[in-house]
Order: sequence, then C-alpha cells, then structure tokens
Amino acid sequence: MELLDVGLTEVRSALLQISEIVAPPYQTALSLMEQRFQNEHLGGHFPTGLKGLDAALCGGIPFGVLTELVGPAGIGKTQFCLKLSLLASLPTNYGGLDGRVIYIDVESKFSSRRLLEIGLRSFPEIFQMKEMAQEMAGRILVLRPTSLAEFTQSLEQIKVSLLQNQVKMLVIDSMAALVSGEHEQGARRQQTLSWHISFIKSLAEFSRIPVVVTNQVRSRNHDDASRYCFQVQSRDGAIETPMQYDSHLVAALGIQWAHAVTTRLVLEAKSGERFIKVAKSPISPPLAFPFHITSSGISLLSDDGKEVMGPEINAIHYQGHNEIINFGMEGLH
Amino acid sequence: MEIWRLPISASQRGKLISAGYTSLSSLSSISSSDLARELKVSESEAMNILKVASHSRGSETSNASCSIVEGAQSAWDMLHDEESLMHITTSSADLDNILGGGIHCKEVTEIGGVPGIGKTQLGIQVAVNVQIPNDFGGLGGKAIYIDTEGSFMVERAFQIAEACIEDMSEYNRFLRKDFQECKIKMLPQDILENIFYFRICSYTEQIALINYLDKFLSEHKDVKVIVVDSVTFHFRQDFDDMALRTRVLSGMALKLMNLAKRFSLAVVLLNQVTTKHTEASFQLALALGDSWSHTCTNRIVLYWNGNERYAYIDKSPSLRSASAAYSVTARGIRNSSSSCKRIKMM
Repeated sequence: MELLDVGLTEVRSALLQISEIVAPPYQTALSLMEQRFQNEHLGGHFPTGLKGLDAALCGGIPFGVLTELVGPAGIGKTQFCLKLSLLASLPTNYGGLDGRVIYIDVESKFSSRRLLEIGLRSFPEIFQMKEMAQEMAGRILVLRPTSLAEFTQSLEQIKVSLLQNQVKMLVIDSMAALVSGEHEQGARRQQTLSWHISFIKSLAEFSRIPVVVTNQVRSRNHDDASRYCFQVQSRDGAIETPMQYDSHLVAALGIQWAHAVTTRLVLEAKSGERFIKVAKSPISPPLAFPFHITSSGISLLSDDGKEVMGPEINAIHYQGHNEIINFGMEGLH
Repeated sequence: MEIWRLPISASQRGKLISAGYTSLSSLSSISSSDLARELKVSESEAMNILKVASHSRGSETSNASCSIVEGAQSAWDMLHDEESLMHITTSSADLDNILGGGIHCKEVTEIGGVPGIGKTQLGIQVAVNVQIPNDFGGLGGKAIYIDTEGSFMVERAFQIAEACIEDMSEYNRFLRKDFQECKIKMLPQDILENIFYFRICSYTEQIALINYLDKFLSEHKDVKVIVVDSVTFHFRQDFDDMALRTRVLSGMALKLMNLAKRFSLAVVLLNQVTTKHTEASFQLALALGDSWSHTCTNRIVLYWNGNERYAYIDKSPSLRSASAAYSVTARGIRNSSSSCKRIKMM
C-alpha cells in the first residue's frame, strides 16, 4: 500500500486481478486425457521395446517428466540410453518418435560404433543402407559439457531450440557426474542442483518430451537418515531393529532429487543376474525384470515382472560382480 | 427440538414422524419437492413445513452467544457443526478409522512421505472419492488437483475411477438387491471430468493460483476438495531468503484454511521429506521447516515399516496418534492385505 500510495481495497482488487491473470488455466482431467491421446504418440508414452517394462509403465517412458536410470557402474545404463536414443530417432512405423535426440554425455561414454552396431542388429533393414544409417545417426546430437557452468549454458540454448528443431528426446548421462566435479558438499551441492532440476523439469513439461537421466550410486554413510522421530521413540519394540541392508548402496544426489524424478528405474545385479526394477512410478507397482545386454542392446529375459516389496524397492544390489563382467564381454563382441 | 413441538397441523406431524423425520436436523438438508414426495403432500405444504422448521431452528440457535461478541459461535453450536462434518473416504477402512471417518472437510490436512510411498496415489484417490454420490455415503462433489511436479498421470486416475465405480456397483448389488434395481450410471470419464487440473510451474504461479481460487470456488460451488501435489516443490528450489519463504508459506496456509472453512471443503497438501539433524543423529522429517509444521491442522506421515506402508497421525486436534497400514494396488489405495496388521495406538 505504501509503495503504490493507494488504499487497501484497491490493492486487494489489484492483487486479485493480477493473480487471476498469472494463475494458469485449468483443464478437466478428462480433456487432459483426450488431448494427450489425440496429439501425442501413444497417449504420451515412448515404448522402450522391452515389452514387460512397457506394459508396466502403461505404454513406455512418459512424456513431459523425468525418468531416472540409476545403478552401479557397468550395469548397463549407458547401453540402455544408447538403445533409447536409437529408438527415438527411428520413424514412427518402427516404434520411434521420428525426431532428433539430444544426448548430453558428461563422462564421454557415448560410442557411435556401438550405437550403429545396436542399430544393425536390431533393425537390419534400415541400417544396412548407408544413407539411412547416416540419417538416423545424424539425428542424435551429442553434447560434451566439461563443467556444470557449460552444462547450464547448453541447457538454456536447448530450451530455445527444442521446438524449432524437432527434438523428441533428451538424455543426460549422467547427472551425478556433473555435480561430483563441483567443490561444495552436502546441502550446498543440493542447492546447486536445485535450479537445474527445476529447469529440466520445466523444459520437459513445456515441450512434452521424454527426458531420461542417469544417476550413479554411492555407499550408504551414517548421515543417511531412514527413520522419523516417532519411529525411533517407540517403546514397546513394535518397530524392528534397522534392516540389515546387504547392499550398502544408495542412489546419489540425495532425497530432493529422488522426489523430483517421476519414474525411477533401478538397474542392479543379484546373484549373477541383472534386474531392471521400477522403484518409483505413479502408474506401475514395484516390479523387477531380469535383463541382459546383447549385441542388439538391452533385452529382457522375462516379460513377467517379479513383485518387489518394502525395503527391497529402494535397495540397490551389486552382487556377483565378477561373473557379470565375464558374461557381458561375450555378448558385446 | 422435536417435531411434535412444531406449530403444524397434527396430520402433517403424524406424516413426518411416520416417514422417519423425528428431529429438526433431519429436515435441514432436504428440499421441498423431496419432502412433498415422501410425505405425499402438495409442494406448497412441504415448503410451509420447511419454513416453519427453519424458523424454529433459527430462533433456537440464535441465543445469547451472538450478542456478547460479534461473529462468535458458542462451543455447543460448534459441536453440532463438528458432528455433521463430512469426511472423504480414503478407500482403506483402516486408514479411515484412524482418521475418524476419512479426510475432514473444513480442515487442512498435510500428508508427507518419502518418494514412492504413495502420496500422489492418495491424492488421486481422494480426488476420485470426493465424487462418490450422497447415496453411497460420499460428498458428491468435484475436485481441484493442483499439480506442481507433473506426477499426475491421467491413465492412473482413470484406473482408480474405474475401480471406484466397480466398488460402488458391488456395494449396490450387495445392499440394494431387495429394493429397486438402481444401476450406477457413472462412467470413469464422468469422474475425470469433475477433476479440475491445474499445472503450476513456479512459485509465483502457485501463489497466484491460491489467490485466484476464491473466485474460482465462488463460480464452482460444488468443489469439495483441493489437492496440492506437492506444496513443497517450488519452495525448495530457488528460495534464498528463508524468512520470506516462511512468510509466504504461512500466508498461503492461512488462505487455504480460509477457503476450507468458507466453502466447507477439504484441503489436502502433499509434502516432501528432508533430513534433519537432531540430537546427534539424522532423521527424516517433513520439508518446509518447523514454522510450516504449525500451520496445518492435521498432519499425516506415510512411511515404510518392514514390507508394509503405514500412515501415522503426527498431529491432529481431535484424533489420537495412531498408525495404520494401507497398500497401493492397481485399484488405488486399499487396506493392507497382510494378516498380521493391526492399528497401533500410541
């Protein structure tokens, strides 16, 4: 009131009018559904080619939100990203999005040779022709930022060119590597990332594209909280003693990041087998699918997911390490 | 006040009592055409009866309390209000039990938990359940869903709506099979049509929307629940000035409480979790700080206990601390299926 030198009633009505204009318009959930089914590919889902996973996720990776792939090193996150990028570049009759893919490769793991090998094995009819292979591979644009600042800059440029250039998917591999290079620890690190989280989410939302982000794991330390204050104080011993986690691994980037992603797919290894587990999803129950890596990318060993319960949902296992490395090598060459 | 004291003719009195209306409050929510049909009298007679009834009720309640302080209501009158409070069921009987029937209307309930525990699922379930018609014990109202994170999946809402209609048909078949055969005419699409969806992309939009809701609600008076999923997201990201954040948040909470009371609706705020350092150990706590924890009327924490999901009433003026197990199924929130579950009173 003092700033504008007007009375309270005018300020109130001005506030109401401004709020009305600034507030976003509403939609009924029904019109939202109809709009998505009419305008978007498969009602807003990108099929990954893994039938069991697609069925659980109601069609595939959802548009407009963040999907996270988290798992220990060497489990197959980058392989999955390569396969997805390839799929997105394909024309729609092959199950693709027929558009460009922006691949932000922080750890320099992108291998175009491997990409073309996957293409050749999975879709020989397209990739055997050199021009088609060139066209498809040409749609995947790889960015290699060396610092968080560079990444921030690229993000802002991406936002501008997203709609103009028919970009249909964004892959960030990996998010944790971006932050690990920075100096701050703990809470400050989370704050550094919070602007990026917000920005990437709004990018995904306004362009309605699937965004896939990979994340690393780190070992559990004593700072990790897992109980509420009312759980600790229980007197009659009804709460069991803290679970003995045999995994000791948790996803990096903290709990704020865990809230921000909409779908979390955990890739882990248990007793020599690899599993891809839907740990967080608004539409799927927690299911784990066994998978393996072949020359044509990643494929499920079974389309029936195994239901996962309780603390197993968020645990990340990495057992049977050595056997996997040897087993994997045969598949890759 | 009893019906037999009303200044109406003896035959009308007799008809009222035989039709089952034995107290004034039972006449408070019926329309004159319904009453005319029930009593088999003309509509003008029914209107007369209702007018007389409301007169007597009015003169009874406007007692001395108003003259002492303007706008005050005595606790006895508030008791009547509280007892006639409507609840929104959560579709899990155990959860409804510890909540005293369900999510309370005219109150702000905050629900928080770790990622993946089912907050959005509960939000969608409440937005669907508020639409259960009066005949089935619901409110028959519409819902506003304010999405700040993009976690609202229309397909999931459709699934939950479908399951809700199936449950209603089942109940119908079970209960009313000796009376007339009334089919459920609702379709999942109708339920989705009654959910007003707002997508918020920044905290300014969030504040603006809460300001705008007043006008929106006056235009859409049948909205009975507002779900905000989640109230935390935008306030965790770029706020440097914590004091400003606290002020903005409490302003928002007050406005929501005001809306809840004026329009008799329920407000459900979903919150995230953060780690708090207390007494040399790190614990989980709901986000947004200590000042925020005072602003909501009721607070429910969703957490994992072994393999089960549990809900714990952390704070409530009228409910005692208790926890109950629930589960998230393909049909929505339901009772936990484990055989050793029990409601634990603290």
